[in-house]
Amino acid sequence: MKCDGIPSGCAISGMMSEQGRRIDGRIIIKSIACMHDRSNGLGGGFAAYGIYPKRKDMYAFHMMYDNMEAKETTEEFFKDYFNVDKDEPIPTQRQNGISNPPILWRYFLEVPENKLEFLTERDYVTNTVMKINSEIEGAFVASSGKNMGAFKGVGYPEDIGMFYKLEDYSAYIWTAHGRFPTNTPGWWGGAHPFTLLDWSVVHNGEISSYGINKRYLEMFGYKLELRTDTEVIAYLIDLLVRRHKLPIDKAVMSLASPFWKDIDRMEPEQKKTATMLRQIYGSTLLNGPFSIIVGHSNGMIGLNDRIKLRPMTAARKDDILYMASEESAIREIAPDLDEVWSPKAGTAVIGTLNDEVE
Amino acid sequence: MESQLPAEFAVNVDHEKCRRCKRCVINCSFGAIEFKDKVTPNSRLCVACHRCATFCPESAITITENPLDYKYGYNWTPEIRKNILKQAESGGIILTGMGNPKPYPIYWDHMLIDACQVTNPSIDPLREPMELRTYLGAKPDSLKFDENISLATELAPQVKLDIPIVFAAMSYGAISLNAHKALAMAATRMGTLMNTGEGGLHEEIAPYSDRIIVQVASGRFGVTSKYLNRSAAVEIKIGQGAKPGIGGHLPGEKVGEDISKTRMIPVGTDALSPAPHHDIYSIEDLSQLIYAIKETTDYKKPVSVKIAAVHNVAAIASGIVRAGADIVMLDGFRGGTGAAPMVIRDHVGIPIELALAAVDERLRQEGIRNRASILVGGSIRQSADVVKAIALGADACVIGTASLIAMGCRVCQKCYTGNCAWGIATQKPELVRRLNPEVAADRLCNLLTAWGHEIQEVLGSLGINAIESLRGSRERLRGVGLPQEALDILGIKHAGIGQ
Repeated sequence: MKCDGIPSGCAISGMMSEQGRRIDGRIIIKSIACMHDRSNGLGGGFAAYGIYPKRKDMYAFHMMYDNMEAKETTEEFFKDYFNVDKDEPIPTQRQNGISNPPILWRYFLEVPENKLEFLTERDYVTNTVMKINSEIEGAFVASSGKNMGAFKGVGYPEDIGMFYKLEDYSAYIWTAHGRFPTNTPGWWGGAHPFTLLDWSVVHNGEISSYGINKRYLEMFGYKLELRTDTEVIAYLIDLLVRRHKLPIDKAVMSLASPFWKDIDRMEPEQKKTATMLRQIYGSTLLNGPFSIIVGHSNGMIGLNDRIKLRPMTAARKDDILYMASEESAIREIAPDLDEVWSPKAGTAVIGTLNDEVE
Repeated sequence: MESQLPAEFAVNVDHEKCRRCKRCVINCSFGAIEFKDKVTPNSRLCVACHRCATFCPESAITITENPLDYKYGYNWTPEIRKNILKQAESGGIILTGMGNPKPYPIYWDHMLIDACQVTNPSIDPLREPMELRTYLGAKPDSLKFDENISLATELAPQVKLDIPIVFAAMSYGAISLNAHKALAMAATRMGTLMNTGEGGLHEEIAPYSDRIIVQVASGRFGVTSKYLNRSAAVEIKIGQGAKPGIGGHLPGEKVGEDISKTRMIPVGTDALSPAPHHDIYSIEDLSQLIYAIKETTDYKKPVSVKIAAVHNVAAIASGIVRAGADIVMLDGFRGGTGAAPMVIRDHVGIPIELALAAVDERLRQEGIRNRASILVGGSIRQSADVVKAIALGADACVIGTASLIAMGCRVCQKCYTGNCAWGIATQKPELVRRLNPEVAADRLCNLLTAWGHEIQEVLGSLGINAIESLRGSRERLRGVGLPQEALDILGIKHAGIGQ
């Protein structure tokens, strides 16, 4: 099938089976490859959920190391902070277009009970991720969630997908990203998706409110070490949903809040909620052009900025929810759709896992 | 003693043009123009308030600096020499008005704002919504919902601002009732606030009270529970940027019938505000006063605490927030005043830019920035200053001098004389009458409208469409020609550095 992509900006694509059916990685590679011209070969990546069913209760750390010294330091660190159930290289194969990969290693970790006297397990893991990224030179946590992982690097996304042999993984949620970096240099750690615990974010756009989003997160102890603005999205969602326990629809309302003119016309109860969200969470407002797909263990969220300065199309076929920068990237893998629509500016598309993962 | 002081200005009348209508004579409230067969200026009394020149129908009057050269001395400037002459003649403290005029660095003018190009599009404020609405008041760390996804958080009282610019505290006494009326009307029309200053709330502006911050200062003039409750917010004034650490003095001759009633002091008595509050000798006392006010107002009004920007401002502000204030108002060393000793106005305090940056950063480090809003003033001169202040971390700005200029003030710095020819800083009925509150309110509204549009233009060029995305976003500012230490305090990079 011929694929007509419009050459501009980054590319994102995501798909999820709301019934928890697992699908192998070849399909998502095909979808993101369709939007080849939206990337420039300086970054691509994937997030996959449900890929480690045998160790689904352990934290799967995907690590990137610049050198052996960083690897040794980190492994000493893991021994102090976790019970390491297993560690192994992340399988890769030689691939044209991919050069100079860092050392890629994965670890399946459990948190020792005695470490959790004063904080929750997830706070504990978050802190260790922050610590590694900020304190161990040359080590970077690519992902740290349970039963999920991020596979990313410098290259076109379809090459990255083949480099990581994604055909060998089955997931009920896949998200993908092709990067056209402008403001931030292309490096392996800086590719999307960005992750924290089981949150993953792929992002097309630039956050013009980065400065204040970052300073707001720092107030809550987040350390923003990366040279790109996407990590603020992942951390904001972590803060709002995991730590502040906002329902997902309320969290996205903070990130892309309705305009005051619309809030003023809402029903009283809804108006009160929307007003308070903006009053309290004004610093979480993501301003500037973006379309993002957020993955987490229980679903997938698509969101546009408040005036839709970046493209996003959503579609359904049977139990599968699709989202992508372009409709072509969805049609490429599912030509015959039940439903296809362009989500309104600032209105989230929320996919929820209805069944147990198979 | 005969004065040796030379005249500051020279008033020149073009007698060819002059039609001898005497309008200038009537308008000059400083007695600097007489009529002796023809218009005869007494330049020695001129303060350059421009009233005569503005109202001369023939444009026959010009005012120049008195062209009187002094033997050059870098150290002994003419101004210093004149001050010594004044004190040798009077034996008194030199009084002055308005804000610090000295050439200290103006940090606003060493900061530049970012704009979007290519990768993030700019937004056209004429075509897209561009939101300036701001809420002042304490915010909780997080919003809680119960099991039924209903709100489980009650918010502390919030005051809505349609534009993040508030009129500064200027008391009835320092300025006229007509000026107060104009500020109250403009604040109401523009959806913002005015501030009574410490002079109480005159009955004629009470109808605007839900747009008025009422102030509680060390003199406690006019403070009753009714006063506290007829307000949008209550402000405890600890200090003022123009005169940190000292009190105020409204001379008895200004305390007429009306001011006497409003301030609740006898007619003709001096209204003295002590330097400290005599019930506040430390932070725990401040906390008691904050909660006394909250009790009196049934926790329905945000309580603001206003301090002058001084060396240790960040720690003080942190204490104020922990003491329970909902708003911290920071007044920089360039802030205006109706009357202050020149030695204090010109030499005490620190620039608001640095104070604001230090306070915002400190509150963030302590994780309590959301617990109080930050208002800053002294001196905000233009919309660009507002944008830069908000980017440094302010919730909103207050304007005093700028609002007076909008009403007609020429910044002649003679507020303390009570002779304001423009009817602003005076209580003389014949002068107060010169200020039409309706016209002055229109001028104030125009100023805020213009600045509002300019702020929207800048937001659009920054690619953001809500003021909260600018607030504290120091990444969008760059310094030019500032030493590293200033850049560090401001929390900004030097121009030329990318992300």
